[in-house]
Amino acid sequence: MKDREQIAQALAASGYIADGELATAISLMQLLRRPLLLEGEAGVGKTEVAKALAAVHSTELIRLQCYEGLDQSAALYEWNYQRQLLSIQAHRGEDADAVEDQIFSEKYLLERPLLAAIRRAKPPVLLIDEIDRADDEFEAFLLELLSDFQVSIPELGTIAATTIPHVVLTSNGTRELSDALRRRCLYHYVDYPDVDREARIILARIDGASASLALQIARMVEGIRKEELRKVPGVAETLDWAAALVGIGVRDLLETPETVHETLMCLLKTHEDKSRLTREVTERLLGKVA
Amino acid sequence: MSCCGDSPGYDELDGVSKLVAAKLAAFLKTLREAGFAVGLQEGRDAASLMAAGYVSRPGLLRSALKHLFSARKSDWDRFDGLFDAFWLGKRVRSRSLTMGSTKAANSPSLKNLRDTKSEPPQSEAATDQVPSAGDDAPEDRAGEGRMEGASRADNLSEIDFRKLADPDQVAQAHDAAARLAKTMRTRLTRRDLARRRGYRLDLRRTIHGNISHGGVPIDLVRRRRKAKPLRLVVLLDASGSMSMYTGVFLRFIHGVLDEFREAEAFLFHTRLAHVSDAMKERDAGRALDRLSIMAQGAGGGTKIGESLQTFNRWHAARVIHSRTCVMIVSDGYETGDAALLGREMAALARRCRRIVWLNPMLAWPGYTPEAAGIKAALPHVDLYAPANTLKSLTELEPYLAKL
Repeated sequence: MKDREQIAQALAASGYIADGELATAISLMQLLRRPLLLEGEAGVGKTEVAKALAAVHSTELIRLQCYEGLDQSAALYEWNYQRQLLSIQAHRGEDADAVEDQIFSEKYLLERPLLAAIRRAKPPVLLIDEIDRADDEFEAFLLELLSDFQVSIPELGTIAATTIPHVVLTSNGTRELSDALRRRCLYHYVDYPDVDREARIILARIDGASASLALQIARMVEGIRKEELRKVPGVAETLDWAAALVGIGVRDLLETPETVHETLMCLLKTHEDKSRLTREVTERLLGKVA
Repeated sequence: MSCCGDSPGYDELDGVSKLVAAKLAAFLKTLREAGFAVGLQEGRDAASLMAAGYVSRPGLLRSALKHLFSARKSDWDRFDGLFDAFWLGKRVRSRSLTMGSTKAANSPSLKNLRDTKSEPPQSEAATDQVPSAGDDAPEDRAGEGRMEGASRADNLSEIDFRKLADPDQVAQAHDAAARLAKTMRTRLTRRDLARRRGYRLDLRRTIHGNISHGGVPIDLVRRRRKAKPLRLVVLLDASGSMSMYTGVFLRFIHGVLDEFREAEAFLFHTRLAHVSDAMKERDAGRALDRLSIMAQGAGGGTKIGESLQTFNRWHAARVIHSRTCVMIVSDGYETGDAALLGREMAALARRCRRIVWLNPMLAWPGYTPEAAGIKAALPHVDLYAPANTLKSLTELEPYLAKL
């Protein structure tokens, strides 16, 4: 439990402003050796958690971005076919068995993120991003890897993990994940930060933002999130907007309602939302900020 | 750092620990009954956490167990309440679920149902006698703080939509319909991919393409097959006789449009309206509001034939391609010309891959398709199925997957 406080401090030191429960989740990851599954709306900073975790452990971050049709050759390993073929040409006339042994050696193996993650000297953070975009089959395969931490390559034999990586999975909920995978993981739901936390995030990330401006921005964004929007702005959008306002030289939102309205494009990403947040709505929201 | 493997055996525990272990086991049981997927491994991990000192700090223990036992957002949201109720003896705010049964008896929607002209007489009796599974399930376990949750979807899925009277149940059915559309889409596209999986070397082309290198295959050619995604076109009957079902189907369609890469939706009563854009509203509630405005002005019966004629003339060329399935949701009570309906159905059948006709009333006891409209349409329909429960909607999926 001592780690828990240490983790909270380390997270803060790395510039990630975590909610209270995340430190518990991370200490549990170590204690129980389970992967951490992060769910939440797009843009709440799920990927940032993995980056912060890598900073906490001062280790490498290996990222596997999932997509529809992702398969073993892109995720785990692949043979370097071109080199193999060239090698066959170069060794033409030699003993076939010797050539075969050579071209199926480590030298011709292309490491992909999953294989890389279990062969490092120091346990890295393995981020499996947007697992919901991958197929069911890949999910099942991943489940097997996450419980055994060994990979069998038919031509080469079984490769056991030298280290067990810290595994973080993220999901946007575009597809229902399997119960088996969910059960294997610790679960943490990442919500939009509250005003106070968002203000601290702005302060930590944007140079030149004053505490009062950060608070105003956070309140304004909270108000905008409550409007019925198609794409609710995430933390990344908030930071963009804050950077824009600071860059333009705004010191107080209330003094420059025009600029506020014009820079809202940093937050609103569809035409529908843009037209919903009219000047009047902006002014009403600004009224609440004060 | 202790791992789950080296927690002490049960016999070695002292009296206090045994008490804690028994309490933990009871908590796990409560969680399972509340729909959490908690296995033995999780229980063992929890025990090792408690042994590691978490047991003395309830706040931390709650947070730790929450991460361990939750598997989805609904679990995550409910966990704190369940934990407090069980370990700290706080009362859980539970909703009264028994209300549904009393409301169902005199719900206005049922009265409407009785007034509908072609209502078969048996169904009224059936409404009163058949208890809906959703009503009695929670009562059994009311004492253990059971709350409604995802696990109840299974109970619900066999209840006829028109017997859902309690707003909570209706909301659940709507959610389930949207979820269903979602899983349908993923599974359908998955099948697509399996066929496309030929992500491998195309030897013939590789050799041919590398003749200029003296036959040394430097540039590799890979093969992957492309498949046209299935397109779903839904025509929903929004007339008065379908009113008990339109809500759930609208929600289903909303889910379909949200999730399928290619889908179009139309609404018809006396005329046809293209509603894909209105349905693409992200917020389901607002989409339904917009649609109910569009659905108004019905009144004078259902003109399926005329609506289909409009569809064939103005929309079919654009929205139908070779891998299109047209799904018509209607009870088939045609107030217009039945012969026209037959002709238009034939024209539609020539164009698209499959026509699925969903008739919620098909499952009513004693119902036979005798209305002139449905008789004229049936010869051109590839699949004629009831769709009055979530389960029957689910059963469509394998059929769609084969297209």
